[in-house]
Amino acid sequence: MRVKVNGETHEFHGDPNTPLLWYLRDELGLTGTKFGCGAALCGACTVHRDGAAIRSCVTPVVSLGDAEIVTIEGLDTDVEHPVQQAWMELGVPQCGYCQPGQIMQAAALLAQTTDPSDDEIDQAMNGNICRCGTYTRIRSAIRLVKERKP
Amino acid sequence: MSVIENVSRRRFIIGIAAAGGLVLGVYLVKRSGGRVSPETGGASPSFEPNVFVVIAQDGAVMVVCHRSEMGQQARTSVAQIVADELDADWTRVVVAQAEGDAKYGDQNTDGSRSVRRNFSRLRQAGASARTMLEQAAAGLWAVPVSECHAVNHEVVHGPSDRKVGFGELVEAAAALEPPPVETLKLKDRSEWRYIGKSTPSVDLQELVGGRGIFGIDVQLEGMRVAVIARPPVLFGKPKSVDSSAALAIPGVERVVELPVLEPPAGFKPLGGVAVVATNTWAAIQGRRALRIEWEGGSNASYDSARYREKLLETARRNGRVVRDEGDVERALREAHKTLSAEYYVPLLAQAPMEPPVTTARVADGRAEIWSSTQAPQLTRRLVAEALGVDESNVQVHVTLLGGGFGRKSKPDFAVEAALLSSKVGAPVKVMWTREDDLRNGYPNSVNAQYLEAGIDGQGQTTAWLQRTVFPPIGSTFKYGTKLASSGDLGLGFVDNPFDVPNMRLENGEAEAHVRIGWLRSVANVYHAFATQSFAHELAAAAGRDPKDYLLELIGPSRKIDLAAMGVDYPNYGDPIETYPIDTGRLSNVVRVAAELAEWGRDLPSGRGLGIAVHRSFLAYVATVVEVEVSARGELTIPAAWVAIDAGTVVNPDHVRAQCEGGSVYGLSCALNAEITATGGIIDQENFDTYRVARIGDAPKSITVHIVDSTEPPAGVGEPPTPPFAPALCNAIYEATGKRIRTLPIGDQLRA
Repeated sequence: MRVKVNGETHEFHGDPNTPLLWYLRDELGLTGTKFGCGAALCGACTVHRDGAAIRSCVTPVVSLGDAEIVTIEGLDTDVEHPVQQAWMELGVPQCGYCQPGQIMQAAALLAQTTDPSDDEIDQAMNGNICRCGTYTRIRSAIRLVKERKP
Repeated sequence: MSVIENVSRRRFIIGIAAAGGLVLGVYLVKRSGGRVSPETGGASPSFEPNVFVVIAQDGAVMVVCHRSEMGQQARTSVAQIVADELDADWTRVVVAQAEGDAKYGDQNTDGSRSVRRNFSRLRQAGASARTMLEQAAAGLWAVPVSECHAVNHEVVHGPSDRKVGFGELVEAAAALEPPPVETLKLKDRSEWRYIGKSTPSVDLQELVGGRGIFGIDVQLEGMRVAVIARPPVLFGKPKSVDSSAALAIPGVERVVELPVLEPPAGFKPLGGVAVVATNTWAAIQGRRALRIEWEGGSNASYDSARYREKLLETARRNGRVVRDEGDVERALREAHKTLSAEYYVPLLAQAPMEPPVTTARVADGRAEIWSSTQAPQLTRRLVAEALGVDESNVQVHVTLLGGGFGRKSKPDFAVEAALLSSKVGAPVKVMWTREDDLRNGYPNSVNAQYLEAGIDGQGQTTAWLQRTVFPPIGSTFKYGTKLASSGDLGLGFVDNPFDVPNMRLENGEAEAHVRIGWLRSVANVYHAFATQSFAHELAAAAGRDPKDYLLELIGPSRKIDLAAMGVDYPNYGDPIETYPIDTGRLSNVVRVAAELAEWGRDLPSGRGLGIAVHRSFLAYVATVVEVEVSARGELTIPAAWVAIDAGTVVNPDHVRAQCEGGSVYGLSCALNAEITATGGIIDQENFDTYRVARIGDAPKSITVHIVDSTEPPAGVGEPPTPPFAPALCNAIYEATGKRIRTLPIGDQLRA
């Protein structure tokens, strides 16, 4: 089976029902994608599948087909994606553990909706838990990216 | 599992070999997020004046952070303090994470202590290094040392305007003896360059790039992953184990039974059955396939709903008196009006986003541990004890922590990894799933309180009786402990700041049926909730403005002398002379928060403002919350305001972040989160049933004001949490007339 991650194609030989999360972390060493719940309840494992945010902890590798997967490591190799820049400017992360998931979720939102309202931001981000409680800065950072959009 | 060795000495090294002073590596993450090249070190000599500072010949300054990083930005603050006194150029400072080692002094990153307990010694460490560099330069130029001053990574000789970089002085400075501490001249506060400035986190770029290495990210060559089926009831044990189906899963290699846990629980592993596999998914699948019949033991009859009634009942009876002034019974009898109320807060799980996880490599009588631990030295000791080796044979590397909140102060999970690695003969990562974290944790104690007060004809509170009942933390370490320690009661109970002439505080007995632990701000969560809510009830009964009434209750500016009242009060382990209970500072944050929130303004129907204040970990925090409650009982929080007086602060923006996050943590404690048990088994398994605050629940804005202060630094990580729940519930009362006395709020607002 072939899996496309961050522009590279990999051969996968393991249990096809393995969640993408564990393939990324254990086999590819892409540990930026985090485990938080294993049940699509917290968003720490969020990656992009053909540009859309998905929870890799409940996505079996076998279901991927030809889809292009992008992880936090592949979002911008120089860590200069507008969402990452806004996150740094406003000092969003505290412990940082959930932030790859938050950033992937926010990047997918902003790619699909150029001008999300505050309610739309909350709706889109509501599946991503942050126990450090960085929510107000997450909102501000998303608004900052939105304001900068051409 | 493929072979990815992403951690090695390269990553966590702080080891500058003392003998010979070789820089083995200034390899660590740079401020910019790039890396200092390994070539920086090599075999060149370095200058290592103390355990916190290493300067390489190229001038790179490495500050060693001995506190665990879990989002409070300890790494940044520690470096700011050292770099300031060293007068280093911040762009040339890197931060290394210390291993667990007694040479650093206390490393237990708990109790909001990193800055307040280390401020002076870190300043001294920086000043000592700076002084030696100045001495080295004076020697180089043969001039008096009084004419040499460090300025931004150079030593300058004023009279001749000569300059020499820190790096060039390394060899000469390394040959000098560190000056006696009492001779060190520390900077005046007006000269600080980094202390008091909002410097971004040194780990920022790594974190937003997903490159930071947390405990869960550690991967070693030949590493196995273990997931453990632990007894669902505390002190239970397996009666029978059928592992055949588990072993049939590809990737599962072994099933290992762990020793049965005998009381007291302490920080020992819970026991159970471990599935050891070549990858995480196989280990999870393998555990699911285990067939285990459990024996519940003495806690199998624990039912949290019945237990709650028992706690409340105990709170209604006289308990052990822990503070007594005046004659509370007489004052209650003679009061114009009396008021009583019962408050309840359930068990709460810390639920850090990264569950407990540790990797251990045990071989040839030595153990190497990589752990997201808040307690590196304790981890070292407990691993050594469990393996029966000397501590010197155990090395504990501290990774980044994906949240801690008190859970990762308890190294049971590191001991599990060490035992399994020893047994299996390979490196083992023990992974806790969310279910493990919630069902087998160390929750913050459940609590019931009874309060009764008397009001005179003028509406003044003349009597205050309060009883607190909860299974104490001590029960985890001494089986059967039912009464609270002075440590438990010093968390917002005996230090009641109200100026009420007749006050009696009591503590009743409660038996523990789970491992009682602690969570961000510990017993302050429930003590502040009841005390600050009841103060609001009294204001309502007296027909007074809650903010004005709160200030009246606090009374005149004074320092409360608990010792004179015969009260045993540990004051968070710090001297009361340095950190008094200062009601003036307490009142001040109330006024500041009220002003920020424009207290007293007219609000539309369905909206309300609530206020609460609390001193904890030596800091003073007042919070105002504005709520909107719809006709259907839906709660939203348009805004919150926080005023904090934490004395001298090192990094204002990070203090603001802690106030924002601490408020949201307090919101989680109030809104929906609750750990309950049936038949001794915790009912909650994941975030669908243990419901923590999400972005949609959070205040739309949180405004923070830091009181400008030259007082000694106080705690910051925990103090913002306690006042949030009472401020929220007081606001709900203002908006709806409904008084929340039981947490979580859950569906109590539904019409």
